[in-house]
Amino acid sequence: MIIAERKPIDEILGFLSKHQKVLVLGCGGCVTVCLAGGEKEVGILGSELAMARSKEGRPLEVVQKTIERQCDFEYLEGIRHIVKDVDAILSLACGIGIQTCAEAFPDKIVWPGVNTKFLGVNLNVGVWAERCQACGQCVLDKTGGICPVARCSKSIFNGPCGGSQNGKCEVDPDTDCAWALIHDRLARLGEVDSLREIMAIKDWSFSRDGGPRKLVREDLELESGK
Amino acid sequence: MKAASKLQRMCESGNFVVTGEIGPPKSCNGEIVRHHAKMLKGWCESFNLTDNQTAIVRLSSIAAGKILLEEGLEPNIQIVCRDRNRIAAQSDILGASALGMKNVLCLSGDHQKFGNHPTAKNVFDVDSIQLIQILDGMRKGYFANGEQMKDEPPQLFIGCAANPFADPFEFRVTRLEKKADAGADFCQTQCILDMERFERWMELVRARGLHKRIKILGGITPIKSVKAAKYMKKFVAGMMVSDDLIERLEKAEDVKAEGLQIAIEQIERLKKMEGIAGVHIMAIAWEEKVPEICQRAGLAPRPEV
Ligand code: SF4
Ligand code: SF4
Repeated sequence: MIIAERKPIDEILGFLSKHQKVLVLGCGGCVTVCLAGGEKEVGILGSELAMARSKEGRPLEVVQKTIERQCDFEYLEGIRHIVKDVDAILSLACGIGIQTCAEAFPDKIVWPGVNTKFLGVNLNVGVWAERCQACGQCVLDKTGGICPVARCSKSIFNGPCGGSQNGKCEVDPDTDCAWALIHDRLARLGEVDSLREIMAIKDWSFSRDGGPRKLVREDLELESGK
Repeated sequence: MKAASKLQRMCESGNFVVTGEIGPPKSCNGEIVRHHAKMLKGWCESFNLTDNQTAIVRLSSIAAGKILLEEGLEPNIQIVCRDRNRIAAQSDILGASALGMKNVLCLSGDHQKFGNHPTAKNVFDVDSIQLIQILDGMRKGYFANGEQMKDEPPQLFIGCAANPFADPFEFRVTRLEKKADAGADFCQTQCILDMERFERWMELVRARGLHKRIKILGGITPIKSVKAAKYMKKFVAGMMVSDDLIERLEKAEDVKAEGLQIAIEQIERLKKMEGIAGVHIMAIAWEEKVPEICQRAGLAPRPEV
């Protein structure tokens, strides 16, 4: 899932300083699950904003709405009538939702209400950790299902580097060394010898380094054209 | 392949090899490099020039290497994967080679978090083992993309690091094997401050016959103070300092003299250890002691090869 964290209130107040009426727009997807921008967070932020602004003597009218998925033009279409009446939208969706929203409403200012952090997993109450960087060519088959791109601080393919000690990464004693995890898991599976082979240099063109990516599936295009 | 560098000739001669290290300054003052070069000339076969060590911006290793060449010393250029992609790395190798440098040491590089630009983006396009592979390809005449060079390939003697003190312990040997497979000719180990662990690692190295495939230089760092030893033990990732060593320093009247004495004894021990081709002396901020260490450890004068 995409993990996000709400931006600090002061930063958001700064964005909205010149507006009188805004739509705080939540998303029912990942940001609801990671408690950053779902219906509940929209409610809390909405009242915080209204309160802060009335204290300043410059009241802000806050419209609240949470839609199923902000990264989907169809759902955004459904709120066009609400958007029409506000000065701006504060989106609490991930970076993708925010951009989809801006694309759907080209004449409205859309402000980001969250910092989109990473693709990760919920480990514990209030704890999330990164798991994937969408490198475009997954190597989990070779690494025991543990991602060296996202989880090794140096994204190396032939680790662990010389900084790995007691299973922890040199960068942070609270972070597991991905390569220690890979090694131990493959050892447990009786496959550790596979690590003797050198993993070849990666083709990063499938990653962001190849420029913005786009996926076109002709099979689906054809089907829909029928 | 013909001997590219003096370091290579020494390694192949079977003599006990001695390499040193010079850390370029945090300024454009090449005279600092020159000063160290003059001081250390003749005491080692070749000198590593660190590449923005601990992710702190410093005078470039290749530029420092040029100063060494001017002073008649042989450089060993360190090159880290943190700051260069495969394009920059290959370009730097061609440049270093054009300037007459032949020894290159491939490293991952310390994470920028530890340096003076922690907000930087890192590269890590390739890792150190893949970089060794790329350089091995270059000296055989082709680039990382497989393209043939139209001209003379660079003559390179390729080095790597090995850390017997990091984990998982047994896998450290496999990792050295991967570096040898990738084409590394020599390796310099992390400084040995726990000889017992080092010996155990060497046993595993010998069991796999790795010492016959790659020249292993044991890392030597004289310790200046008890505080430094304790700091390294506690805070430097991938470092081990034995309790015996700390105790010896603590008991010593003159800690610095004891630190030097320990270094000398370690060299004596490495000289007798099967599979050890030499030593790599890293006297960090204590370069002026290298001549004394070499002299007292019976490493001087260096043989001509
Ligand atoms: S290898 Fe690439 S696609 Fe697979 S988990 Fe890692 S970053 Fe994601
Ligand atoms: S310690 Fe492990 S996770 Fe950290 S950079 Fe080294 S190999 Fe990667």
